Amino acid sequence: MRRLQAALEDFGRMILFALEVVAWAVRPPFRLELVVAQMAFIGVGSAFIVGATGLSAGMVFALQMNYALKQFAAEGYVGGSVAFSLARELSPVFTALMVTGRAGSAIATELGTMRVTEQIDAMESMAVNPIQYLVVPRIIAAIVMFPLLTMLFNVIGYAGGFVMGVYVARIPIGPFLEHTREFMDPADILHGLYKAVVFGAIVSVITTWRGYAAAGGAKGVGEGTTRAVVMSSIAVLLADYVITFISVGT
Amino acid sequence: MIEVEDLWKSFGTNQVLKGITLSIPKGQTYVVLGGSGSGKTVLMKHVIGLFKPDRGLVRVNGVEISRLDGKPLTDARQLFGMVFQGAALFDSMTVFENVAFPLTEKGWRDRKSPDEIRARVVEKLEVVDLGEEVLNRWPSELSGGMRKRVALARALVSDPQVVLYDEPTTGLDPITTDYVDQMILHAKQKLQITSMVISHDIASAFKVADRMAVLYDGHLAAEGTPEEVRRSTDPFVQRFLSTWFAKQ
Ligand SMILES: Nc1ncnc2c1ncn2[C@@H]1O[C@H](COP(=O)(O)OP(=O)(O)OP(=O)(O)O)[C@@H](O)[C@H]1O
Ligand SMILES: [Mg+2]
Repeated sequence: MRRLQAALEDFGRMILFALEVVAWAVRPPFRLELVVAQMAFIGVGSAFIVGATGLSAGMVFALQMNYALKQFAAEGYVGGSVAFSLARELSPVFTALMVTGRAGSAIATELGTMRVTEQIDAMESMAVNPIQYLVVPRIIAAIVMFPLLTMLFNVIGYAGGFVMGVYVARIPIGPFLEHTREFMDPADILHGLYKAVVFGAIVSVITTWRGYAAAGGAKGVGEGTTRAVVMSSIAVLLADYVITFISVGT
Repeated sequence: MIEVEDLWKSFGTNQVLKGITLSIPKGQTYVVLGGSGSGKTVLMKHVIGLFKPDRGLVRVNGVEISRLDGKPLTDARQLFGMVFQGAALFDSMTVFENVAFPLTEKGWRDRKSPDEIRARVVEKLEVVDLGEEVLNRWPSELSGGMRKRVALARALVSDPQVVLYDEPTTGLDPITTDYVDQMILHAKQKLQITSMVISHDIASAFKVADRMAVLYDGHLAAEGTPEEVRRSTDPFVQRFLSTWFAKQ
């Protein structure tokens, strides 16, 4: 009961924190160079791991679909089903989970360390608001970069599926591409990108909050980072379910 | 300039401050003495609004800073410079970027040109006896005392009206300590800066203080001019000061 209450209080404080972030985001000064630096860290820095995951997911998924669809002599649909699943589900979710592990944990650790070594207090003492200076750029960068990384995942994932389907499973290239076009609608890609925007907001708010609210020295920072990653991952999966349910129903 | 009235603060069951009242007139230096863990840092952080009191208030320049939040609080801190006990340098920034931070992050209206900022940073580092060779070093590459001196330079770089020093000389050698004392005196005499100094160094305290207080068990066990505090009959104050005056 106690712990439930503490968890709810913590959640409430995180919501207030998110509202404060919005208030500080729309107020000058706008520090564009900080946003760009965070985009480089979150986006460029995660490109490799997201690309590698995309490649392997696309390749494996193509092989599995080929194995399944062969039983109905429907291998031609492998390309379409790979593209469809990537765009709507695999890319946004895998990207969010990979970026949480790589950049989200780093954000929580960095801000947490700044909190416990009084660097955040020092910033406040110099009349610079740490939410505006530290948190807002990270959240904006995440909201912009998550969809871009998801797009990267889509492209590399489909390329991986193409290589497996056409060159390994020997599916004729014509039907592979033709059925992809038939299957796919721009709305499917947008659906995934829309999810990515939501995931970017969720992951960045949770990880910055865990860092910003850290306490208790190095140990506290470590625990905060672990919680940030676990909470972000669960929240992404939950949000994925909710968005999917709202958009396609049962 | 600074008025603290009946300030109470606890953390959980730990009642740290139990009704502190003090006032620091403009241009004066106020020293707070007290044992480790007596709440000196907590008191100082209330003055700049980093902690909110459970009861009582803090006024700076007539503004009740203890009730401000958000943007008004951030703006009110334009008046201040603060040296943190642990230096609290930004470890993702070089020494130059650290000291320049209060200048580069000022609103665009009163922002200085890069050349002016550089000149100012070099000048303030010189005051704490650090040369240009440290400008591009990272805080992790400095000794503890050097870090403290960089923190001093950073607190003074924007010429604040009020400077809060949390143990500015702890960890410094006697010569540098004397240097910092001179700096505090100079800031008062030349720039009419109002200072609050937390110190463990009784010799320094008596050198720089216009008024002083000894914090004990959440109260001010003694408060007044250095002479008044020295003649205090409070047993803790007696014991606290005797450790040093015995050596004289
Ligand atoms: N953020 C905090 N959360 C909980 N307790 C705190 C916090 N900051 C300080 N305290 C407690 O308040 C008391 C006073 O701490 P403070 O840092 O003010 O001591 P101090 O007088 O500055 O000591 P020192 O000379 O060792 O720096 C201590 O018991 C400390 O545990
Ligand atoms: Mg202290």
